[in-house]
Amino acid sequence: MNPLQWATDPWGKIVPIHIAWFLIWVAAIAGLLFVIVHAIYVRYFAKRRQFEPDHAPVDPAKIPAHVPRHSPVARAFHWIMAASMFTLLFTAFLPKVGVQFDWVTYHWIAGAVLTVSVLFHIFHASFFLDFWSIWPDKIDIRDARRRLQRSMGKTAPPPERFAKYPLENKLYHAAIMAAGLSAMVTGVFMMSRVRTVFFPRNPYLFSDMTWGMMYVLHGLAGVGLIALITVHVYFGIRPEKRPITKSMIFGWMSRDFYLEEHDPARWPVEARALPSRSQGTQPRS
Amino acid sequence: MAVIRDVMPAFELVQPTSIADAQRALERQGENGWVLAGGMDSFDWLKDRIKRPAVVVDLSGVAELKGVRTTADGIEIGAMTTLTEIVQHPVIREKYKLLADAAELVASPQIRNQGTLGGNLSQDARCWYYRAGWPCYRAGGNICYADTPEGRNREHAILYADRCVAVNPSDTAPALIALDAKFVMRTPKGERVVDAEDYFIGPQIDITRLHILQPGDLLTAIRIPSTWAGTQFYFEKVRDRNVWDFPLLNVASAMAVSSDSIDRIRIAVNGAAARPLRLKGVEDAVRGKPANAATGEMAGKLAVQGAVPLQFNAYKIPLMRNLVKRAIGSVGEAT
Repeated sequence: MNPLQWATDPWGKIVPIHIAWFLIWVAAIAGLLFVIVHAIYVRYFAKRRQFEPDHAPVDPAKIPAHVPRHSPVARAFHWIMAASMFTLLFTAFLPKVGVQFDWVTYHWIAGAVLTVSVLFHIFHASFFLDFWSIWPDKIDIRDARRRLQRSMGKTAPPPERFAKYPLENKLYHAAIMAAGLSAMVTGVFMMSRVRTVFFPRNPYLFSDMTWGMMYVLHGLAGVGLIALITVHVYFGIRPEKRPITKSMIFGWMSRDFYLEEHDPARWPVEARALPSRSQGTQPRS
Repeated sequence: MAVIRDVMPAFELVQPTSIADAQRALERQGENGWVLAGGMDSFDWLKDRIKRPAVVVDLSGVAELKGVRTTADGIEIGAMTTLTEIVQHPVIREKYKLLADAAELVASPQIRNQGTLGGNLSQDARCWYYRAGWPCYRAGGNICYADTPEGRNREHAILYADRCVAVNPSDTAPALIALDAKFVMRTPKGERVVDAEDYFIGPQIDITRLHILQPGDLLTAIRIPSTWAGTQFYFEKVRDRNVWDFPLLNVASAMAVSSDSIDRIRIAVNGAAARPLRLKGVEDAVRGKPANAATGEMAGKLAVQGAVPLQFNAYKIPLMRNLVKRAIGSVGEAT
């Protein structure tokens, strides 16, 4: 069972042409398996979470009842990206599983929307948001080790509360960024093979081998996104994660949830009232 | 041109004697099954060793699929009826001559003796890059070799191209669309009847097929209602070699004219796109107008709106314009 489809080009070279479509089912099943295994683990095996006590507890009264988490611009980006991503996945893969419709135009339009919104997001996150808040830091790595040890019954101190984003969020962001950027960059080049308003058609932009690799990468990123989006939607509707999902709709999370899950020192919402820390981490806004 | 290797790869031959058996055999084989009607398209593929089905279902022994039957509302033609039978059938010649005219212009007498109506309607694209076995979009690949700056695309599409620019090569398809025919299929879910124009699909829907038949489906009959029987017909085919060739373009129209104006009309062209095109816009525009050269001129211009020529097929735009013009103007002038 070859995960890639190969062909002989007119010059006699064996080149990849795209992924084998059974990978669609592999990705979908992998995503669903993760969901099932995780749900069973949380329901029957997971231990109650414990966090290290705050080094310098804050006065809850100084925390607003609605802790701002996502700006309107950030939320708009997220939902535009979500809409375009779903459009891309449905238009890409439904025809491959037997639902036939005129998909190409919708696909490249959604791809163009996604590309523009991601470029905007990169700019916005770089200059108007705390760029580093979505990347794992030393505390995340240390706490991940502690959590793993504790889950295996070993003795380890409890982890600290999270910064703005839990490590899982950060890792997910990295994974979706890798898959998304791969699909986008290859997709932009692939637009030169269809008639769009952006480029004149030029199917000879690259060699057959390079084109083949590009289609393969696009396909792998695409099926990877099936699994990633499945997992993302699953976490979005899990009861304990709903405050985070709601914050992506309304822009805020409750003070109680904030104090329960997040470390005000790592994610201060009222900088003047909170103590600073000296553990080598960067101050965050 | 592909090299004919003469010796076909081995396959299992199934020779059913009923439609039900044939459909079941095809359903059982799924993607591995191949429908053999007259063999005029199939044997090219098999001898070139480009298509390698595991099982070939030969329909030549299915009597139900052959012949022309009169029904309460027109006629029903079995999908395995040969083109020669259609050309010579008295009822078709009398009432549905449009189809006889189209069938008579298919290829050569020998091919019409062997080729079937179902085969002519369901045959694959003739794009030589595709037929040569290159990994183009239609063959499941990621490129159209014909739609490149150097591609030989003189015969290819000017309308509704979407990645693949191959055209549908059938002569009888536009005639049946003009006659408002219905195609009867046997599918795993039972009988399915579709309008003639809905039997064909373009690359935007499925780039690897020219029609809606899925593995396990079988085209069994074509029903032509009496709605257009005896109206004024026009069929014209333009090809490179007049004795034996696929159409560069063809046009078929059925028109009911009274008091010098067009009461009803159906018109279709083929060779312009991956599916035969019913020119609904043209039909709406000419209805109620006199069937003369001026109306034909207007219809011709309307028909080619949106046409996008490739490197070597711009001639198809004036050709299609003139065919449509003649289909409408000539009928009126001949009245």
